[in-house]
This record gives sequence, structure tokens and C-alpha cells, in this order.
Amino acid sequence: MREQLKSIEARAEEELSKVSDSRQLEELRVRYLGKKGEITAILKQMGKLSSEERPIIGQLANSVRADIEKAVAEKQSQLKAAMAEQRLKAETIDVTLPGKAPRLGRPHPLNAVLAEVEDVFLGMGFDIVEGPEVETDYYCFEALNMPKHHPARDTQDTFYINENVLLRTQTSSVQIRTMEKTKPPIRIISPGRVYRSDAVDATHSPLFHQIEGLVIDKGVTMADLKGTLELLMKRLYGEEAKIRLRPHHFPYTEPSAEVDLMCFNCHGEGCSMCKQEGWVELLGSGMVHPKVLAGCGIDPEVYSGFAFGIGLERLTMGRYSINDMRLLYENDMRFLEQF
Amino acid sequence: MDLSMRWLADYVDCGCDIKEFVAGMTMSGSKVECYEEEGCYLSNVVVGQVIEIERHPDSDHMYTCQVDIGEDKPVQIVTGAQNVNKGDYVPVAKHKSTVLHEGKPVKITKGKLRGVASNGMLCSLGELGLTVHDFPYAIEDGIFILGDDCDKTVGMDIREAIGFNDTKVEFEITSNRPDCMSVIGLAREAHATFNVPFNVKEPVFKGVDGSVGDYLKVKIHNTDLCKRYIGAIVRNVKIEPSPRWMRERLRACGVRPINNFVDITNYVMLEYGRPMHAFDLRYVEGGKINVRNARAGEKITTLDGIERELSEEMLVIADAVKPVAVAGVMGGEYSGIMDDTNTVVFESACFDGASVRTTAKKLGMRTDASSRYEKGLDPHECYEALMRACQLVEELGAGEVIRTVIDENYQDETPRSVEFDADWINSFLGSDIPEEDMKEYLSRLGFRLENGRVISPWYRIDIECKADIAEEVVRIYGYNNTPSTIIRGVAQAMRTPKQNFERNIKNAVLAMGLNEVTTFSFISPKYFDKIKLPADSKLRNAVTITNPLGEDTSVMRTTIIPSVCEVLARNYSYRNPECHIFEIGNEYIPVEGGVLPEEPFRLGIGVYDTADDFDFYSLKGIVEKIMEKAGVKEFEFERASEDSVFDEYYAFHPGRAAVVKVGGEEIAVFGELHPDVLENYGIAARAYAGKINMNELMERSSSEKLYRPLPKFPATTRDISVVCEAQLPVAEIEKAIRGAAGQILEKVSLFDVYTGEQIESGKKSVSYSLSMRSHEGTLNDEQADKTMDKIVKALEKIGVYRR
Repeated sequence: MREQLKSIEARAEEELSKVSDSRQLEELRVRYLGKKGEITAILKQMGKLSSEERPIIGQLANSVRADIEKAVAEKQSQLKAAMAEQRLKAETIDVTLPGKAPRLGRPHPLNAVLAEVEDVFLGMGFDIVEGPEVETDYYCFEALNMPKHHPARDTQDTFYINENVLLRTQTSSVQIRTMEKTKPPIRIISPGRVYRSDAVDATHSPLFHQIEGLVIDKGVTMADLKGTLELLMKRLYGEEAKIRLRPHHFPYTEPSAEVDLMCFNCHGEGCSMCKQEGWVELLGSGMVHPKVLAGCGIDPEVYSGFAFGIGLERLTMGRYSINDMRLLYENDMRFLEQF
Repeated sequence: MDLSMRWLADYVDCGCDIKEFVAGMTMSGSKVECYEEEGCYLSNVVVGQVIEIERHPDSDHMYTCQVDIGEDKPVQIVTGAQNVNKGDYVPVAKHKSTVLHEGKPVKITKGKLRGVASNGMLCSLGELGLTVHDFPYAIEDGIFILGDDCDKTVGMDIREAIGFNDTKVEFEITSNRPDCMSVIGLAREAHATFNVPFNVKEPVFKGVDGSVGDYLKVKIHNTDLCKRYIGAIVRNVKIEPSPRWMRERLRACGVRPINNFVDITNYVMLEYGRPMHAFDLRYVEGGKINVRNARAGEKITTLDGIERELSEEMLVIADAVKPVAVAGVMGGEYSGIMDDTNTVVFESACFDGASVRTTAKKLGMRTDASSRYEKGLDPHECYEALMRACQLVEELGAGEVIRTVIDENYQDETPRSVEFDADWINSFLGSDIPEEDMKEYLSRLGFRLENGRVISPWYRIDIECKADIAEEVVRIYGYNNTPSTIIRGVAQAMRTPKQNFERNIKNAVLAMGLNEVTTFSFISPKYFDKIKLPADSKLRNAVTITNPLGEDTSVMRTTIIPSVCEVLARNYSYRNPECHIFEIGNEYIPVEGGVLPEEPFRLGIGVYDTADDFDFYSLKGIVEKIMEKAGVKEFEFERASEDSVFDEYYAFHPGRAAVVKVGGEEIAVFGELHPDVLENYGIAARAYAGKINMNELMERSSSEKLYRPLPKFPATTRDISVVCEAQLPVAEIEKAIRGAAGQILEKVSLFDVYTGEQIESGKKSVSYSLSMRSHEGTLNDEQADKTMDKIVKALEKIGVYRR
């Protein structure tokens, strides 16, 4: 019986080494370890043994069974691992095939840049205020120290609805509406559409966008204006951004300044991109004219303030190197999907 | 304003090169647009003398010249011109030179003309970039034969020899500084900018005895519009071209020389910034000048030969009978200076700026004179300007000036002054400029300081308040020399609920793959037809621009739908395979009896996709998600109809358009665009559009979100297939199911709609999967079956039967 068990173990071991799939393994397991298997058959004959031999053979039989069980289990995990490996191998794909992309909508470049500007100003405590685009002559001109027949009106070719109503030529109209409603301190920006009777070309459009800024408080200075604009430009264009203020004239500010940004291409030396000037004209600004303050019921002896108007198109075009303003309003998918 | 640097040098020597000059002036407030050296395109063109000339051996119209150009030997040049004679001094373009040909620079090299060597070219005025106005004795279609007003040193650079080497600088003069639209004005600015001496020159003339009153009487009828009128008489005039130096300066400033008297008025205008007028006394009927308003229907033919009808608010210079000039704008054709003019009237007057501006605008003629007057000129300089004109007449030997002059309606007003407060200026600027420096800058700019006040020079009509003085100080101190500071104090800022709502919706729409567009707010009224609006639609009542650029941009949109269609159409025409877009923008709705229209904000959506299976339900899904994002809990879709509040309904396929109702009110319309609309826009694919009223949506939105506990017990699912009339909207079935099942029903998902075999014609089969759940315990079959029974009964009531 001892020999029988030994030979079973040896055969099982040999057969096991030849097994190549899980079906064969199962057959083998049943044949040796099953209820009608060889080991069970041997155990059934145990009764014939003497009482001395019985525990010894019993122990041996159990150990043979345990060995075979262990070997089967090992084989099983080997087979599983092999199968898994085979499956992974079979399932290899070409990862360089194109992806299945979901649609991703993109904000219009003008609004993408506007959102950045808004964030900079929100961070400095500026509220965002809106105002009507169809506006009265009073808010667009008159209250901004440009009475009827003022020659400065010529620089803003205006679309009229009637004698008294027009399409605003500047978001400065919102300054007046805000100052009439709000007591200082005031810190606002007002982005929006403005309209001028300019035919469409690469740098002009009858509709464009401005971002107006206004700060009114006690002791606001021209140095504050400079500091605020410097900060904005550094945030938008990086720490190396440099601006300069240049005397100019706007009827609603005094002193008035145009603000130039140092050309990124030549760093102020002058090149074809900046028309040899070294600087690119960016926006208009100044200290709010005392007449404008007084007209809105704010005492210019107590309060002072500054205002500025940024052309969003110019900022955006500079930002993305867009050379033709018309692209911004054509809404060609091939253009929009670049941003 | 174009400035001749040579002219400027009469008054100041800035002591710097042109680049520094330009930069300095720009930074002190006189912005230089550009500058150019005259004739800079010419190179290697010199003065030559023709020392021999003979006919070309093989040509009957060409000549071979030997020309002395100051080199060892004369050069041989062949010319086709017929006006060259031996001894003439001419411009010679040498071998390897540049001249102009038809306005463009061309290189000249030596070559052979019909076998004869030619080492260059003799030049005409045109080839130098000049005209006969610059050299009236020259001819247009021949070689420029240098006159006695040119330097005839052979070999000399031609630009120097004929005075074509000035530098002209173009300034952008702001409307508050009409005084800078003059050589003297800019000289004053240069003086202050560079801190160099200003050479004041007071014009004087000798004159001849006589009484101006014997020639002319002046009466100002409207003393408000004419603040001063000065007149002088020049008799025995000799009309001829003005001298080269004068022509040269006019040319550099962009004014065409005509004759000595016209040139003198222009010269004075450029030098002093004061428009002047000269007319022939012969044509002043009755020897009387009346400065008066035009009479209704009165006409005048202006110098440019156009007859213009005047109106009563316009100011004219009239003689006893008729207008001879439109005041401050342009003279009349018949009173101008002619070759046989004997006695000239010089006029130097001060007209009201606003009046000149209105008149010029109404007549559609903006002239050098009107553009100066309209910004407002002070009456003072009228006199100096007239003196300068008289001085020039004598200098040019052009006639005899009567010593006395007419000077009407002049009141010498006290000079304007403003308080000087150095501390205030520094606190306003945030600067630390010493008071003494401020005073120095102001005096350089011509201001006087007396008793703590800054007194403006009379030409500075723009100075009105302390802030103006601060600007004067800081522009000389240097804008960029002031410090930069950050505004003090803390302010709290946040977006308004509307701005947040808009961002929220925009982000959702972007996430669903729509690209944002920016379209024009004005459209063509024809677009209303393009989207099939009925003739009586309220949307056709639009805010209309009275002076549009064109019909295409002449009315403010009352609906965003045409803007959306335009974008789809444009992309389709560009052959882009798909276009998914949206815009959040305003509509402009006129308000009955209101001054301004309403500007509600709208979300417009447009999609076509030739590659993907985008359909009505894809768009509906987008709309559903927008509603969800807006936090609108209850909304329903209905087939759009003629009764819809949205007239845009007509733009859609009548069977494939829906409105969204919230609380019974329509707040959105969307669907497939009508085939006619697609045809109108040239889109040969199905396309979809929608409009959501954002204001209304925002009012009904809620940002409130509350956590609901996750279910503890499993759900039970039952499927049900029903048959009903094909016309019945499935929304009715779903409503009935929900009504019958109550709270226990968690989700109703439609998974099939079927017509065809096994289904009676005119009917359809609809299948739902119903998910039921209780929060108290696991549902048993009995409970689920009971609910299903209720549902079946409810459905039967609306004619829907279980299959």
C-alpha cells in the first residue's frame, strides 16, 4: 500500500507536468483527488490494515493527498497567469490611432482675454458694471465735458438713432451713470460693446469692445493711475512688461495720458512691428476732469479719481498675434478652435 | 499739422537731432506721427551744366549732351527732351542713382540709347518728385532747367541746390491746442520742451499814406459770431509767383503754392495758426463788407467752383449785395485773386468755433481754415497775423500797403487766470516736484505768476482749472518721472448675480462642445425676411440707425436668431464640416414712449454637423442641461406654434420646433431651421438653432442645492410597453405614469418607440423602463405589481393600452 501511494504520487507529479490547460487539470484533480479518485480508493482499503499500520499509512495517504492538492493548486495559478498574459498580449492595440475626443467648446478670444482682465481688477477690488449700448447724447458726450459742437466729437464718428440717442462710442458713458448712482469710493470697470462709424478693415470695425475703468476716492493720484496700469500690464504680459504715459487730450480727463506698451519684439528699439516707434499705443487714461465730477454731484475739491479705457481688440490681437481684426467677428470655426 | 523744420529754425534752435526732437516733442504732448526728409528717395542726383548738345546721329528726336557735373571730365548723356539748350543747368541723375518714375523710386544706370553711350539721365520735375507749383517757371513735360533761384554749383547735390532738403514732421495736434497748429505754436512748445531760447519776432511794416476807410467800410451785424474783424488794403499789387523760400516752406507743410498773395495768406496761416483771406476789391460791390448771417436761399459759388446754398444760421462775408465768402470756411470764386487784380483786401478775423464747425459740416467742406477756427481761436492774434501779412507783402515787393487798418468789434478782455497751488498739484499728481521747478516750467510755457495766480497767455484758451495747470507742470516735468503707487484702501468686489449666472451658463454650454462667437449687434432689416418673420411681426420694429455704414448694419437686432444663422451660413460657405456655436448677447427692443430701448440678454445657439448625427433631440438635450444648470426644477417642452410668444417660431420647421415653458411661461424656443430659411442662407444641410431668454431664465433659476441621502434599499425595475395613437406626445404618457405611481416611482426611462409590423397603422408602441424604490424597505413584488396596476388603469383612461 505504501508503494501504491508512492507510485500514485509519482504518476500524479509526472502527469501534472504535462497538463497544459485548465480542463486537463480538472480531469487530473478528479482522477486523483475526487470522491472516486485513486487516493480515496486507497483510503477505502485502510480497514484491511493492522492497527499498527493504519495510522502510518493514513498519515502517508494524507500527506500524498496534500502534496498533490498543493501541486494542482500551483499548477492552477500558473495556468491562470499564463492565460492572463496571453489575453493581455492578444489585446494589444495601436495606441497611436486617433483618439475619440468629446467636443470641447472654446470661449471667444475676446472673452477669454476679458475674463483675465476682469480677474485682475476683481482682485484689486473693482466691481464690474454694465450699461446700455444704445445711449443718450448726454451720457456719451455731454456729461463727459463734450457739449454739442465740441471738436473732440469729430474723433468719434457716431451712429445716431435720433438727435438725442446714439450708439455709445465709448464705455465712458458708464462712468457717468455710476457716479450719478454711487457715492465714492468707487472702483469699477465696465467692459462692453462700443460703436463708431468706421468701415471694416484689418484694424477697424464699426463695433468693438472697450473696458472702462474708474476710481474715485479722497486722495487718488495720477501716480495711482500709473501704478494700477503697470500692475495690469504685468499681470497680462508678464513681469517684463513696460509702459509709458504720454500727454494727450481727452475732454473728460485732465491731465490726460495715452499709454504705450513697450514693443515685445524690439524692446523699445523700434522695429517693423511697432512702426519703428519702439512702443505700441494701448489705451487712453487720465485724471477725471473736475467738471465731470461736479456734473455728477461729486465735489472735486474733496474727491479725485482716474479713468482709463482699454481697447479689448487691441489687447486680444496683441496677445495672440492676430493681425486682422475681421477674424474676430467672422467666427470661422477654424479660427475659433485655435483658442 | 505738417511742420517744416527749416521754418521752425527761424524761431528755435532745439540743439538736437531729429530723433531726439521727435521723441522730446511727443513726450511733452505734441505727438509726432512720422517725419520725413524731403526727396529722401533721391540719390546721386547732382547739378550739371550742359556744355555741348548735338542731335543724336540715329534719332530725329534725341540729343546727345556733354554735361559738366563737377568731375574731371564732362559726362555724355542722351536725352529725348526738347527744351534743353547749351549752357542750361539741369538735374543730372548719374550712373547708379535713384529718381522717381511714376511716383516710385527707380535705379538709373549707364547704357546705350540707339548705339550712343548715355551715362545717366537729365531729370524732369516729376522725376524729382516735384510739380510746376514748386517751380512755376519750369515745364511739366521737359527737363527742369534750374532758374536763378537755385544754386548752380555743378556737382552739388540737387536737393541742396534747389532747396528740396527740408525735413517735414507730421504732428497729431489734439483738439484743445489749436494754437499748436502753427509753426510759432510748435516753436513755443519746443522752447518749453528743450529749454532753449525762443526768438520772438514782432512783425512790422512801413506802409504808405492813405486811409483804409476810403476803400472799404466794414460792418459786423452778428458780433457774437464774429469777435473781431481786421482788414487791410494793398494797392498796386503785382501778382506773381512767390519766391522759392516761401514756396519751399509751403510745400514742406503740405500746401500748394499758387501766387504771392494766396501764398502769403497760407504762409501766415501756417506760421501763426490764423486763417486769413485775401480778395479782390473790384468784386466787393459798394466797397462795403457786411459780416452777417446768410439769407435763406442765398447762394455762393466757392473757390472750388461749386455752387452752394446757404442757410440762415451760417455767417457770411458779404458786400453790399452778395456773399463773397463763407466766414471761416472758404472764399467765393469771383472775389479771389486774379492775375489782373489791382487792389487786395486782407481779412484777418475771429469767428465763432461752433458756428464755423456747424457751417463747414453742413456744407460738407472741411478746409484748413475751418479746422483751425472750429477749435476756437482767440481774437488777439488776428492783429499780428495781419501785420505779418503786410510785412511779407513789402518783403516780397508785391504791393503798397495802406498804413491804417480796419479793426472792428475788438474787446481786450482781462487775461484768464487760475489759482496756483503747488501743494495741491503734488498731492493730485502723487509727485514731489519742487515749487520753484513748477514755476520755471510754467514760465517757459508762457504763463505768468502773479499774486498766487497763474495767468494764461492769450493763446491758451484751454486752461480753465487747477487740473489744467497740473497737466502743464507734469508734461514738462515728464509723465514718466512721476512715481507709481497702488491705490490705497481695501475694497471688496464681486461679480453681480447676473454676471455669475451668465458665466455659469456659459461654462455649461462650453462643456457641451459649443464654441462661443461674437457677432455684430446691428443687422440688415432684410434678415427679418430671411428668417421668415411675418410682415406684422413685432420683431420688425427695430431701433434704426439714421446714418449706418450700409443697409447690412442699419438696424439693431431684435432677435439673436439671424446672427446665429449668419455664422452657420458663413461656416457652411467656408466648407467647414460642422459648426456648433453659441453667443450670449443683447437684443435691442424699442420701448413704446421710452427714450432708450430695452437690452435683454439672450443665449443664441446654432448647430449644423454634416459628419455626426446631430438632430433635434441633440439640441433638446443641450437645452435640458442648460435648464438643469440654471437650477430650474420644473420645466416642460411643448410643440411650438403660431401662438408662441416667440415670433422666431416662423424660422423653424413647423414639425420640429419646441418651446420651453417654466411656470407656464415660454422662455426658450428651439428646433430645426425651416428649409426655406436654410435656403435663404445657402445651407444645404439640416441645421438647428435656439434662443433662450436669459433674463427670464435667471429670474426662475435657483442656485440652491441640497444633498439628498443616497438610497439604502435596492430599486425594483419593471418594463412596460404600451400602444397608443401615433400622434400622442409621449410626454402625456409619462405624465400619466408619474401621476398614477406617486412617490414610489423614481425614474421613467423611455427606451423604444416603434411603428410598423405587428402594430396597427396609425398607432405606435412605446416602451418604458420604470424604476421604483421605497425609502422604508425593500419593495416586494406585491407592492410593485400594485403600482403597475394603477399605472395601467391611468393609461387606459387616456387611450393608452398595455401590449
